[in-house]
Amino acid sequence: MVKNVLEVKDLKMYYFTNKGVVKAVDNITFNLKKGEVLGLAGESGCGKSSLGFTLMGMPTPPGKIVSGSIKIDGREIVGLPEDVLRKEVRWQKISMIFQGAMNALNPVYTVGYQMTEPLMLHKGMSKEEAIDRAQKYLELVGLDPEIVYRYPHELSGGMKQRVIIATALLLEPDVVIADEPTTALDVVVQAQIINLLKKLKKELGLSMIFITHDLSILAEISDRVAIMYAGKIVEIGDSEKIYYEPAHPYTQKLLSAIPRLHEDIERLEFIPGQPPNLINPPKGCRFNPRCPYVMQVCKEQEPELKEVDKDHYAACWLL
Amino acid sequence: MAEPILKVENLKKYFPIKRGFIDTIKGAPQKKVHAVDGISFEIYKQQVFALVGESGCGKSTTGKLIVKLLEPTDGKIYLEGKDVTYIKTKEEILDYRRHVQMIFQDPFSSMNPRFRIFDILEEPLLIHGIGETKAEREELIYKALEMVKITPPEDYVGRFPHMLSGGQRQRVAIARALILNPTFIVADEPVSMLDVSIRAEILELMKELKEKMGVTYLYITHDMSTARYFADWMAVMYLGRIVEMGPVEKVIDNPLHPYTRALLAAVPEPKPERRNVIKELPIKGEVPNAVDIPPGCRFHPRCIYAQKGLCDAKHPQLVEYEHNHFAECHLVGKY
Repeated sequence: MVKNVLEVKDLKMYYFTNKGVVKAVDNITFNLKKGEVLGLAGESGCGKSSLGFTLMGMPTPPGKIVSGSIKIDGREIVGLPEDVLRKEVRWQKISMIFQGAMNALNPVYTVGYQMTEPLMLHKGMSKEEAIDRAQKYLELVGLDPEIVYRYPHELSGGMKQRVIIATALLLEPDVVIADEPTTALDVVVQAQIINLLKKLKKELGLSMIFITHDLSILAEISDRVAIMYAGKIVEIGDSEKIYYEPAHPYTQKLLSAIPRLHEDIERLEFIPGQPPNLINPPKGCRFNPRCPYVMQVCKEQEPELKEVDKDHYAACWLL
Repeated sequence: MAEPILKVENLKKYFPIKRGFIDTIKGAPQKKVHAVDGISFEIYKQQVFALVGESGCGKSTTGKLIVKLLEPTDGKIYLEGKDVTYIKTKEEILDYRRHVQMIFQDPFSSMNPRFRIFDILEEPLLIHGIGETKAEREELIYKALEMVKITPPEDYVGRFPHMLSGGQRQRVAIARALILNPTFIVADEPVSMLDVSIRAEILELMKELKEKMGVTYLYITHDMSTARYFADWMAVMYLGRIVEMGPVEKVIDNPLHPYTRALLAAVPEPKPERRNVIKELPIKGEVPNAVDIPPGCRFHPRCIYAQKGLCDAKHPQLVEYEHNHFAECHLVGKY
């Protein structure tokens, strides 16, 4: 049995705004096994990025973890004081590859400066050791080690994204969260970055949570997929199950909205309406106002995640 | 065959680069970005012509040249047989824009945030002097909103753009382009910033409008899958040139140019069984800048099949290899 590197249970993270409480992450439970890639998908505003930042122990203000537990390699991190989180957890145990390679690097420092800072602070390395380590990781992601002496503006978008990936791996974390790592990139570069992540998964046994709204990219890399809607996981299971035997109407609709490269599709389906406001989510199942199969019970009671098949869960009254 | 709605002949657009003081004194040659470098194509009535390529290949510049937001350096543009390349006067441009409209990529920044939906849609009518009274214009605006399925229109006309969702905003942008009843629409990445489901919704809408109103589109995109779904014809651009062109199915199912093959290989597909396979991408390096264009075939430094003495020396021509299917490569069928 492969052990879980990440166990999330009943996690709630709400944004306390002036207009009301936004329930962005609402009762999320899932596990991540060692060496596994879990894909997290959903429309904008479904809480997938909020969940990513919460797992890093840094919900964006005014967000706060309300309750629940996040265990990384067996250690509970909810409730740890900020300085412990910073010194012992963030980047060492769990790290993040940010969206928007263009903006994640500081333009006034060299790549080397930005990469070595965490090594010197966290590991107490000397500058030479740190540069050595940074160069080793740059090579691992397919870059020329000499890049440590360059500034971000001298690099292309794909190279910057590789630098960000190398930085996330520097301290050998147990879990890496990749938040839309390929969104701003061209198709060819995007495919190269996905290839790189696949290679790292194989060589380093990387455990990763891959967040994106693009189900096609997600299929390229994920072993398991979780579909989020309005702050909740509505379906989770092995990729093949999710893509070929989706159980939740939302997953089914999302999949039939994707244009395919090698198939002639007469009509694309789409989901009418918009995702709900998370200050006042609809009663019962949150998808009920947009669901084509809505029943009376859907409007009254919230469905729980049910096992539809081995390791395949969905939250829907139809099942 | 009928006359094309839009015909482009050897269209070129070079952007000069500012020279520094010292370069000017030394008399260094003026450098230019070759954004669009001699492209020709024809678009027929009710067709959707997709222009695909990576960022910087010149696809958006082509779109801007066609709606006359930019002046071409050389070449010709014909709309329904009429030469419109060098129209200059205000009347001519106004008349042209009644027939040719544009939908922009970003529905957030392409609308004035201080205009209500009514004002946004009324503006083109005022500019073109359509509808004498406010009541007449109101009728047209309601009709346009109904056409893009923003219903009931009276609930929306008083709103500001920020009060709409991304999908609704893009619908308003489409209504704004359609309200003048144009024959031709340039859609520059109209769905690339939208969520999957909204993307499908907008593509369906544009398709429906094509059939109902007989609109012809130039669809500019980097996404081969949406092009396959929405377009009839496709041209693949690389560094300012069309390297392959033909009916969508032919280009995607039987690509002739190595660049098209690489682009197609890079498209992600929702097939999880291949998740552990590292995809082979038949391409190397990165897109060079459009200032120093490589000699010979401009794709040769990145092409894995390039032959010395041929590809780096001789410029290939766009040749029709099978009926309606063109490619610009020395090695078609030989690699």
